[in-house]
Amino acid sequence: MNDTIDITVNGQLRAVSKGVTLLELLGALELDPRAVVVEHNRTIVRRPALGDVRIAPGDAVELVHFVGGG
Amino acid sequence: MATAVDTLRDTPFTISGRTFHSRLMVGTGKYRDNDTMVRAIEASGAEIVTVAVRRVDLDRTRETGVLYHLDPKRYFLLANTAGCATAEDAVRYARLAREAGFNEFIKLEVIGDQETLLPDVQGLLEAAKILAKDGFRVLAYTNEDLVTALRLEDAGCAAVMPLASPIGSGLGLLNPHSVRTIKRRLHVPVVVDAGVGTASDACLTMEQGVDGILMNTALAAAHDPVAMAHAMRLAVEAGRTAYLAGRMPRREVAVPSSPLEGMLD
Repeated sequence: MNDTIDITVNGQLRAVSKGVTLLELLGALELDPRAVVVEHNRTIVRRPALGDVRIAPGDAVELVHFVGGG
Repeated sequence: MATAVDTLRDTPFTISGRTFHSRLMVGTGKYRDNDTMVRAIEASGAEIVTVAVRRVDLDRTRETGVLYHLDPKRYFLLANTAGCATAEDAVRYARLAREAGFNEFIKLEVIGDQETLLPDVQGLLEAAKILAKDGFRVLAYTNEDLVTALRLEDAGCAAVMPLASPIGSGLGLLNPHSVRTIKRRLHVPVVVDAGVGTASDACLTMEQGVDGILMNTALAAAHDPVAMAHAMRLAVEAGRTAYLAGRMPRREVAVPSSPLEGMLD
């Protein structure tokens, strides 16, 4: 019936499809997996494993990259 | 006796076994636009360029990542843990940076006070120990306290980075004696980080014998960042060369430069 789950991405609540992987989440957000680092529930997930990790309701995902800084 | 050629040749600037061609390291923050940043970094001659780790902007309303503008093959990217207020946060950011990055080097900052951005020494030492054990080459941003600097070295830091004055203040080198003492007592490289405002500050800092300088705001907030970057490059080279040349002793009284003999009656 309900095909979406609620998760947190970069501190924002988002609804994503049930059973989606981290790699599919990046695709939905139009992000290049080579350009971001993914932290899933406080654990870094390396690029080759992104397609293996499925997102569960309530998960927290952080997507980071390098910005200007001193 | 060393000749001018020997002096100018200098020893290599090496951190944790890796040699760099420039003693000037620059940040990438706060530039008015990316084109100015890229041209200023070029003019500075810097090889080591610092970057910060932040969330990707999912709304794409802000600029994209800095790597879009800087060639990571041309520059050695040194990620920082800027903004972190606890050892735990700093370790988390460092690990994310290592995953995003191209090397094991991390500029470690643990900020203890938001007004002065002075380091939390206890958190800094804690994070330095964890990261060094985890294989990171830690460059630790710290205050000009000798004992902290010694403990950071003992904790396994690859370099210690005392401030000249608070981050972004441009107040210049406030405590040359302390920085000199740190340089004299440590075995790892000492790179002064933060506080340099203009070329004379950079020159004076290098004259203390430190191994290098890291700066950001002095370039980014200059009226002409590209020209200031060029000036800083010259100042760092001048200060380094003057240090190697060995300055004359200071005297309380005048000593004439022209002969006293042969004066007319």
